[in-house]
Amino acid sequence: MTSNIRLISRLDIKGPNLIKGIHLEGLRVIGNPNDYAKKYYESGIDEIIYMDTVASLYGRNNLSEIVKKTVKDVYVPITVGGGLRSIDDVKYLLRCGAEKVAINTAATKNPELITEVSRKFGSQCMVLSIEAKRNEDSSWEVYTENGRQKTGMSVLEWAKKGEELEAGEILLTSVDNEGTKKGFDYELIKKVSESVSIPVIASGGMGCHEDLSKAVKDSSADAIAMADILHYDRSDVESIRNFCHANDINVREYEA
Amino acid sequence: MILMFENMKPKISIVDYGLCNLYNVSNALEHIGAQIEIIDKPKEVKIAKHIILPGVGAFKNGMRGLKLRELIDPLKEHIEKKRPFLGICLGMQMMMSKSYEFGEIDGLDIIEGNVVKIPNINSKNKHHKIPHIGWNKIFLSIDGKKNQLLKSQDKKSSMYFVHSYKAECNKDENILATTSYNDVNIAAVINKDNAYGCQFHPEKSGKYGLELLKQFIKL
Repeated sequence: MTSNIRLISRLDIKGPNLIKGIHLEGLRVIGNPNDYAKKYYESGIDEIIYMDTVASLYGRNNLSEIVKKTVKDVYVPITVGGGLRSIDDVKYLLRCGAEKVAINTAATKNPELITEVSRKFGSQCMVLSIEAKRNEDSSWEVYTENGRQKTGMSVLEWAKKGEELEAGEILLTSVDNEGTKKGFDYELIKKVSESVSIPVIASGGMGCHEDLSKAVKDSSADAIAMADILHYDRSDVESIRNFCHANDINVREYEA
Repeated sequence: MILMFENMKPKISIVDYGLCNLYNVSNALEHIGAQIEIIDKPKEVKIAKHIILPGVGAFKNGMRGLKLRELIDPLKEHIEKKRPFLGICLGMQMMMSKSYEFGEIDGLDIIEGNVVKIPNINSKNKHHKIPHIGWNKIFLSIDGKKNQLLKSQDKKSSMYFVHSYKAECNKDENILATTSYNDVNIAAVINKDNAYGCQFHPEKSGKYGLELLKQFIKL
């Protein structure tokens, strides 16, 4: 028996609100993040990712209060990302109840931060967040600032470098597919997953159950991050879990 | 009245040795009705009844943190006196004799055996990812099925694991539950007398994890 595929709900946050955009932009308010997190926990989500979408504007992550409140109701791991720049930022969010941190911009500017976080808090806590945008020649470039800022770095090279620097897993978001409901960037997930031996979380574009199946079976994703398919009730955690059981995808057994 | 009720809550002491995964453990314990104190001094360990040693991070840093605070001997004494003790994740691994994470390092040596890197390949030559991250079913041993700590666990019990290293116990009697990661056998719950260790994070394992903690505070 291999390990189970993890079903993760990704909640993008702006200020006090759960929001959702397309291509990580054009943000629309959905509701109170705590209510959604609690609902997903109770219906059996395996993990939760909170991403502060405006952190870079303020130069810091603003999710501490939301995290502190969430962990009073939610007893599954919570990953927090957006605007984390230093060991102290990481320490603070872990003290608020985060289990892991996702780092993108600061890691691209100072790759040693990955190693520092990993050595200090354990690699399982250090999620390298990569925003990938497809080039015309079927390669991918690393972006930051919610897909607005180019870095000139190759996604595949950066993923490998991240593993060398002791990241524990990779949160791989396709900027092109994010919010489009047209499915994941399967080629991207497959290429990254084959390049590294740490777990890869596929994020961006899940429109229906079959998309998850393709990401896992064809592209070897280890975990699936889901956003608007859950937020807009196009499906729910129980139906997704049942779909997996029916399609030979190992997931945690759960009864609400 | 409120004061009396507060006094009736079991008091659980969580050891702070500088690695900071205390919030989630204490939050989960409060949620199930325990009173929490965070301790980091030898004299506090000496008078504690239930001790939890949580842990995230590297073995070496963990042992160094305990050593710096002079907690190694008091913790061993607590366990020798058969007082309730629960090590979580790194806290469990530190209960073993030795670890081979970044060199060879001595552990608390409560349970005989070593902590070793999880092989990234199984006996059928199939590769898998390290760290092992995710939810896996736990399988209770014969001793595990009879044990108070695992009383409420059943065939569906899945727990949340995150680790790159695993404990290998020399004696089977120390293993109450195992899990299987791509057919690699991993000790999930270990035990000696009133000392327990779990590789997974009960505080992050939903209702089954909370059930395990509820049994622990009743010990």
